[in-house]
Amino acid sequence: MSKSVLDLPPKGGFNFDLCRRNDMLEKKGLKPQSFLKTGTTIVGLIFQDGVILGADTRATEGPIVADKNCEKIHYMAPNIYCCGAGTAADTEAVTDMVSSQLQLHRYHTGRESRVVTALTLLKKHLFNYQGYVQAALVLGGVDVTGPHLHTIYPHGSTDSLPYATMGSGSLAAMSLFESKYKEGLTRDEGISLVVEAICAGIFNDLGSGSNVDVCVITKGHKEYLRNHLQPNPRTYVNPKGFTFPKKTEVLSTKITPLKEAVEVIEGGDAMEE
Amino acid sequence: MATVAESERTLYPYVTGSSVVALKYKDGILMAADMGGSYGSTLRYKSIERLKPVGKHTLLGASGEISDFQEILRYLDELILYDNMWDDGNSLGPKEVHSYLTRVMYNRRNKFNPLWNSLVLGGVKNGQKYLGMVNMIGINFEDNHVATGLGNHLARPILRDEWNENLTFEEGVKLLEKCMRVLLYRDRSAVNKIQISKITEEDCTVFPPFSLKTYWDFSAFKNPTAGAPGSW
Repeated sequence: MSKSVLDLPPKGGFNFDLCRRNDMLEKKGLKPQSFLKTGTTIVGLIFQDGVILGADTRATEGPIVADKNCEKIHYMAPNIYCCGAGTAADTEAVTDMVSSQLQLHRYHTGRESRVVTALTLLKKHLFNYQGYVQAALVLGGVDVTGPHLHTIYPHGSTDSLPYATMGSGSLAAMSLFESKYKEGLTRDEGISLVVEAICAGIFNDLGSGSNVDVCVITKGHKEYLRNHLQPNPRTYVNPKGFTFPKKTEVLSTKITPLKEAVEVIEGGDAMEE
Repeated sequence: MATVAESERTLYPYVTGSSVVALKYKDGILMAADMGGSYGSTLRYKSIERLKPVGKHTLLGASGEISDFQEILRYLDELILYDNMWDDGNSLGPKEVHSYLTRVMYNRRNKFNPLWNSLVLGGVKNGQKYLGMVNMIGINFEDNHVATGLGNHLARPILRDEWNENLTFEEGVKLLEKCMRVLLYRDRSAVNKIQISKITEEDCTVFPPFSLKTYWDFSAFKNPTAGAPGSW
């Protein structure tokens, strides 16, 4: 019990103690585990009534497609959604965390959440971790002050833009935005431009693919169009279907329908998504 | 001996040109490039012509190290000269020039002394349109529309969407201008002084340089941090 050792308060941010051990293991031949990245195309644009967000649905693990139809548009608040590119776990965790912080804030203030609140919470967290939390986000929403669209980079810097793209397919999508965006787009024009930009990412970038998700947020209303466009259908399906080998013969069949034990009260104080 | 040879290899480029974009249209090939030569992050030269006719049937556009491009032009001059000296009524077409350049680039790469360029070759001979690309590592291919450098990421998606076989000259120029405008917005080494050139069966013209109109009046640009203090 040496009194000379000061009791330091726990420090925030990452603890790098295990780096030396990881280095030693790598030298001994242990391959570091590859993490699931979203290698993505995510876009957002401001149209006359609000914000439209778009994303592709492919999640890659190195050269392999790990998830053909993942969800990259994350819920933050009833009026705010966030698209995430980068390491899938990081985007998922950081958006979930800020979403719950916003919910607590809403209970505390009794008001609708503002986009700048989500922005500040996210950038504070990401800056604190000095870029090690690899989440590149496109945050969009409509609050009392109007429609807002922001991009947030892994190191914590933010941009406020009329149209934005992030991810590996961002250049392909941005080339379409730069040539076709104008102010005051209607809802249909906006959706078709977002879909075109995501398709440019899907077809020209190897890290993006599969389907297009779109989310339209206007004052007091939001529409989450999951798989709005499916430009990569499975074209060749074996018409014979599956036949199980004769060894596993079906002797008898008994089907038991499961009954619902909980009554769902429609229109009650439901927990938001 | 080895130490002398070491110092003569190309290790990195010094004066570089940015992207070249080209496409096939109804009558031939259209090519566009800007006129900037960057020395690292300085814009050093603002009137470099990166599109040059070669012989009667070919147009060559280059991005990358400018001195290597000038060396390639010297090689091609010699090639065309020897071809003319045969005086046999035949002349080297774009396919042949492309083949020659591919061999030159690949052999230089194998000696670890590359010509640091991405070249675009286009031309028309005997009614056949040809558009191809060669890289500093010897990758070569032929396609209906090509781009070098950042143009691959920014211009090719637009070209893949909007190119068709029967573009007129005006439509082709409009499409190239669209691509060059996006490059001007999003490529840091791009300059607003564009040259377009066309080659058809009859002749090859390199048009005088012009600049593109850009739009900066989005309302969100006027006061970007109005809603989010601390942003850019």
